Amino acid sequence: MVAAPIGRLPLVTATVVVKGAGAFSDPADAEGLAELVAAMLLEGTAERDGAAIAEQFEDLGTTVSSAADWDAATLSATLHPDRLDRAVDLLHGVLRSPAFPEREMARLRGEHAAERLQMLAEPRSLADAAFEWLCYSSRSRYRRPISGTRSTVDQLDRAAAVRTWTAQYVPARTTVILVGDIAVDRAVELASRLCDDWPAVEPPPPDAVTEARHEIARVHLVHKPDAAQCELRIGHAAVPRSHPDYFPLTVMNAILGGLFSSRINLNLRERHGYTYGAHSGFDWRSDAGPFVVSTAVNTDAAGAAAREVLAEIERIRTDVVSADELSLATSYLAGVFPLRFETTSAVAAALASAELFGLHDRYFDEYRDSIAAVTRDDVRRVAQEQLRPDVLQIVAVGDRDAVAPQLEALGFGTPTIHAAADVESGR
Amino acid sequence: MDIPIRAYSLANGLRVTLSPDHTAPIVAVNLWYHVGSANERPGRTGFAHLFEHMLFQGSAHVGANEHFELIQRAGGTLNGSTWLDRTNYFETVPAHHLGLALWLEADRMANLLPAMTEDKFRTQRDVVKNERRWSVDNRPYGTWWERLPALVFPADHPFHHSLIGSMEDLDAASLDDVADFFRTFYTPDNAVLTVVGDFAEAEAVHLIEEYFGAIPPGNAKPPLGHTELPDTFGTWRRVTVTEDVPSPRLFLAFRIPPFGSPEWYAGAVCGAVLGLRRGCRLHRALVREKQMASDVTAFTYDLVKGRDLLVLDVTARPGVEAADLEPEVTHHVDRLADGDISDVEVARALAQIETDLLASLESAQVRADRLSMFATYFDDPARINTEADRFRAVTTASVAAFANRFMRRDNRTSLIFAPGTPPA
Repeated sequence: MVAAPIGRLPLVTATVVVKGAGAFSDPADAEGLAELVAAMLLEGTAERDGAAIAEQFEDLGTTVSSAADWDAATLSATLHPDRLDRAVDLLHGVLRSPAFPEREMARLRGEHAAERLQMLAEPRSLADAAFEWLCYSSRSRYRRPISGTRSTVDQLDRAAAVRTWTAQYVPARTTVILVGDIAVDRAVELASRLCDDWPAVEPPPPDAVTEARHEIARVHLVHKPDAAQCELRIGHAAVPRSHPDYFPLTVMNAILGGLFSSRINLNLRERHGYTYGAHSGFDWRSDAGPFVVSTAVNTDAAGAAAREVLAEIERIRTDVVSADELSLATSYLAGVFPLRFETTSAVAAALASAELFGLHDRYFDEYRDSIAAVTRDDVRRVAQEQLRPDVLQIVAVGDRDAVAPQLEALGFGTPTIHAAADVESGR
Repeated sequence: MDIPIRAYSLANGLRVTLSPDHTAPIVAVNLWYHVGSANERPGRTGFAHLFEHMLFQGSAHVGANEHFELIQRAGGTLNGSTWLDRTNYFETVPAHHLGLALWLEADRMANLLPAMTEDKFRTQRDVVKNERRWSVDNRPYGTWWERLPALVFPADHPFHHSLIGSMEDLDAASLDDVADFFRTFYTPDNAVLTVVGDFAEAEAVHLIEEYFGAIPPGNAKPPLGHTELPDTFGTWRRVTVTEDVPSPRLFLAFRIPPFGSPEWYAGAVCGAVLGLRRGCRLHRALVREKQMASDVTAFTYDLVKGRDLLVLDVTARPGVEAADLEPEVTHHVDRLADGDISDVEVARALAQIETDLLASLESAQVRADRLSMFATYFDDPARINTEADRFRAVTTASVAAFANRFMRRDNRTSLIFAPGTPPA
């Protein structure tokens, strides 16, 4: 249990994190199981159906979110402390005695199918999905989204959901986080109520694989006829959250594409007017999540924009960044740090992350010093070690006739052309 | 939950609201200019938003994009946004950088034009055109954003035309328009400045006077076109757009009393009863029971000029016929209009609204923006402390009366997206 008393407003965020109950633990061809299980917790317990659960939480002035990310399942609610007792009772029910009713499972499978169709129809989400599908090998869990594809989710049955919940939702992996207008001893009492009488069985660790799909840089295009713009994703598999260079990589990324005043954004947006915005980022997960540059550009500037991105990646690997650029990045990251913790839910999320990734007790206290310690040489070193132009995957979603020739001209060979349906199948 | 407020004006007409809070060492600076797309002249749709972009391109003593860099270097966040009748600019910075944030806002209010160049203008126009493509043109249903106002406001109404603008009008705009717009609307007497967070009042008052005090007031901006409207649409207007979308989607709009009026709060609760989260009627009936919708939501535009709008936004599951969606939704609206409403539902809506209002006070910048809003729209920033009371005054009877008066067939506009090939 983690308690962070903050007495300013009469609000408390209660968060329950179940480590290992995330999508990374999905068995092969059952992608989407963790997400479905998390969502199904709210769809009925031994005592009340899904409608009653929703209504009773909302009668308390709150709503519960229950979802899986890659590494955990998380339930969270923010409400007035006077209503916390009742909310904890309800939370206990959804966490400890979910009923997994067949009717609601079928409904959620149908809603997921609807979501997939919306995803395929929207170029930006299609580009996100296409990038990971093309970045990771067919054996990798990351090649399919957290919520799975239509074919994987269609096969998820009640037995699989019950099995997963039984195996993964255990006290040894669960952390209860209470942030806000609550005293520590009250927090202890409430957390204990959530976790009492819970049988303790250690679940097996996930045995999922993470590996790159291509060993060389490639260009790909997902055809979207008459698209008004071209969505670009350029990147490759990177390193896990636990990597010792987390701080230098964070600073390097800020300079490259993590700030408005970053090299990639100033280049593509302010200098060339190719786009409304361009940014780069590392997606930190328990295993090697991707490094990716994202931008939506003028269709006729797709090739030029990609070239600028590649040039910026090359430049930060070759030349040491200026002292000015380094200080902008470190000043920003260190200075903005406290601004990120104004709300009880933001604090709860940060504490959940610390639990999940095993960050040490003084991580937050030392964050700013860790950022300030990064040098210009560190930035170049990690850029050289972790940005790998030779395996970059360049993925475009746009009109094939207009974009394919531009991609071909980049010099990575003829782009492979995919249909949205291929991305959906995730094969 | 009362937050401290001190409101005063400078001699040049700039209205100032100060609200100290020493919980965290940060401070939020927020500026509302009382100008938006509604003030655009014909042939210049999207200009107010393009102008907003230009405001980040430097000023007399600030280089291009230097505003962003200075604030980020200070460990702060910043942005701006354009709406129908206001444009806001805001920074949140560590407390000791209050002076920097105020000085930057003052420099561009006082003296934007020396930094404006043809090159910057052309670049920002390209950026804005890409923003339009990204947020409107290159996504399914994206054009609802312009189609709905065009349907619910008459053609000569200031809120009728597209906020992000047409490509043609953006191409027709020039640097002269920038100078004109700036001199007309970006004046201290047309602005409200709010500071929230960890600052000393005396110091803030002093800095604001020092940086903003000498800026001359404007020459009375031209009045907005007529925004008065009849209480209801007087009819049920229905438009179907056939497009390459994955499933049907309905936007059902009602014309309602202006934001902040006594009846408006009952209207907001109507919206919540029908469309808030998962305990609402439409979610239970259409998402859970009939499984014919995947998403349901309700929102208001929060307009104080003329009349406001309450909108129900329902996305059908694939395979549902576009023509079948609307009757399913209006069945529940009709029930509400006929007085079928329970104390439990009203209490549920109010409980959530109350928590949401409380949560909105957590962030200094959100608080600052709401203070600027109450100052601009009501000349009363202290209203932030009584909003919760206004909601609590809503009763089941007043909700029923509202629905009866404003949610019937004579006051509806339906915008329906139907999957298919658009007509040539």
